[in-house]
Amino acid sequence: MAVITYREALNQALREEMRRDSNVFLMGEDIGVFEGAYKVTAGLLAEFGEKRVRDTPIAEEEIVGLGVGAAMVGLRPVVEMMTINFSLLAADQIVNHAAKLRYMFGGAVKIPMVVRMPEGGGHQLAASHSQSLAVWYAHIPGLIVVAPSTPLDAKGLLKTAIRDDNPIVFVENETLYNTRGEVPDGEVLTPIGKAEITRKGDDITIITHSRMLLVAMTAAKQLEEKGISVEVVDLRTLRPLDKQTVADSVRKTTRAVVLEEGWPTYGVSAEVAAFVQEMAFDYLDAPIRRIGGAEVPMPYAKNLEKAAIPDDQAVIAAVTKMVA
Amino acid sequence: MDSAEETAVVESHQNSRHAELGLSDETVVEMYYRLVQARTVDEKMWTLHRQGKIHFIISCRGQEGIQIGSAFALRRGEDFVMPYYRDTGVALVLGMTPRDLMLSVFAREADPASGGRQMPGHFGYPRLRIITGSSPVATQLPQAAGVALASKIKGEAAVTAVYFGDGATSKGDWHEGLNFAGIHKLPVVFICENNGYAISVPQNKQMAIRDIADRAAGYGFPGIIVDGNDVLASYTVTKQAVQRALKGDGPTFIEAKTFRVAPHSSDDDDRRYRSREEVEEWKRRDPIERFKRYLEEVNLLDDSLDQRIREMVLEEVNEAVDFAEKSPLPSREDLMKYVYYNS
Ligand SMILES: Cc1ncc(C[n+]2csc(CCOP(=O)(O)OP(=O)(O)O)c2C)c(N)n1
Repeated sequence: MAVITYREALNQALREEMRRDSNVFLMGEDIGVFEGAYKVTAGLLAEFGEKRVRDTPIAEEEIVGLGVGAAMVGLRPVVEMMTINFSLLAADQIVNHAAKLRYMFGGAVKIPMVVRMPEGGGHQLAASHSQSLAVWYAHIPGLIVVAPSTPLDAKGLLKTAIRDDNPIVFVENETLYNTRGEVPDGEVLTPIGKAEITRKGDDITIITHSRMLLVAMTAAKQLEEKGISVEVVDLRTLRPLDKQTVADSVRKTTRAVVLEEGWPTYGVSAEVAAFVQEMAFDYLDAPIRRIGGAEVPMPYAKNLEKAAIPDDQAVIAAVTKMVA
Repeated sequence: MDSAEETAVVESHQNSRHAELGLSDETVVEMYYRLVQARTVDEKMWTLHRQGKIHFIISCRGQEGIQIGSAFALRRGEDFVMPYYRDTGVALVLGMTPRDLMLSVFAREADPASGGRQMPGHFGYPRLRIITGSSPVATQLPQAAGVALASKIKGEAAVTAVYFGDGATSKGDWHEGLNFAGIHKLPVVFICENNGYAISVPQNKQMAIRDIADRAAGYGFPGIIVDGNDVLASYTVTKQAVQRALKGDGPTFIEAKTFRVAPHSSDDDDRRYRSREEVEEWKRRDPIERFKRYLEEVNLLDDSLDQRIREMVLEEVNEAVDFAEKSPLPSREDLMKYVYYNS
């Protein structure tokens, strides 16, 4: 068992899958010599050469389009968007093409492509660099959307995603790259579509994903000291959602808070709150609470940015009120 | 360009290349002042960043020649300008002050570009007709065509100058903007600061051509190549492009060959992707040093005037830093301000 960063975990996943399957190859902006804006592709150009680690022009639509084309004829492209914000330039290729071609082709093709991209704020990069938009892709039938929160799942989910025959939007988080966690040696494969109970508790369930897992865990620890026992569920995959694990947890604790970094309006928390009340209404002792980012383009100034992103204090306040 | 060519250019200056262009002695000295001002603002920002006082900077260093030269050919407050993040020099010539720029890097409420909401380098000032952009590159190109279209619809004699790097020219919306401007003969001047790299990616990995100016032919208007480290040459081609636009003859594409001698931004380490020799070679072609030599040749600048200019600029920039540092951050209560009109 080794303790590695989320970044290293992703790097290991790419390296192992590229060694295992010569059809896997990478494309993206600054991923070669520069080793990626967030250094996820470190050492891969050196090991696999330009044929399999290709720097592209700045052209997101082209990058994903290249991936769709190569995937349709049998390769397994893993393409990188520098951030989810710039993936919007490729939204047509992702939403109108990657997600739909198999269906519109009557099942005659498959698109085994992974589109990797980090999301999230907190680094003073302002409005068009800080969004949490995974939910946009999670809206689309035909796409699979995963968003790991730990190094273990980053590795396990990326490896599973690369082996999957569907187009997968793989959402990383800028703040998580340097976080550390244990990852067992040898093969790690995390199933897609399975949530995880990261912390067991009795009084309330916090349902969250990606970086907000860390916020939920910090809050849960502090709430423990106040005598409130919190269960934390990490969704891990946003589409398809593991509704059963979430509903079972809420039936047990009878209360639910849904926490996300993005905007709650039409957000992940909206979807989770909707299915929880469908599946566990009779068990609920309180209305479901949603906590998300302030509904504002992310401001640059540090003080405003801090005010726009949910933190443990917001979670503690909400939970305390609900359990009281 | 090799250094033999450079010498030839310097020699061809003769006595008053600027007079032939209709530029007064005062104007060329002011150009020099702006060059020094842009460089000094940039250097100060790097220092502030190293001191941990500001979070982020993106640098104009090395590209001031095309920035100052082209901006002097624009009519301040009349023409619309859509700079990109390196264009400190353009912003200063068009009327933004060192204070304005320092307010932006310190994210202060009084920052005229955004009230501390936007990253530094996203210049904007409605009164000066400087139109801010978002961060995705090349997205300002269709918008520039739209601004110029509006001028045409309104019958207003304004030109739109839009700036971008070589990397931006790979994007679909870049081509779409040029195409539309060409079809409708819009009054746009497209200015590409070709510094040879898009972050780490060299030009030959971005495109299969040597001169980006070649692309203009595909859209039906001239593509001009200029030495972007030559201030007067940059001025000249931009002036001609503005005149062409005002006559109704349509857009011009200017490719300014230049180099960014600093890292991409304060988050970058450029030693990963380019040799120190390459950077040093370009430092020897510094646009400011070159213009200084020209002014000395035509007897408009000597050491004592140079000294005075540098002191004046430094004082102004230091004052701007003090001013910005003391000025208040946006208030937390105003988090939602500007989201909607009337909010
Ligand atoms: C659509 C989009 N993709 C990626 C980025 C990240 N990015 C910021 S600047 C840059 C390089 C731009 O290069 P160039 O246009 O040549 O300008 P330079 O920085 O060299 O002046 C990149 C890739 C971005 N801002 N927008």
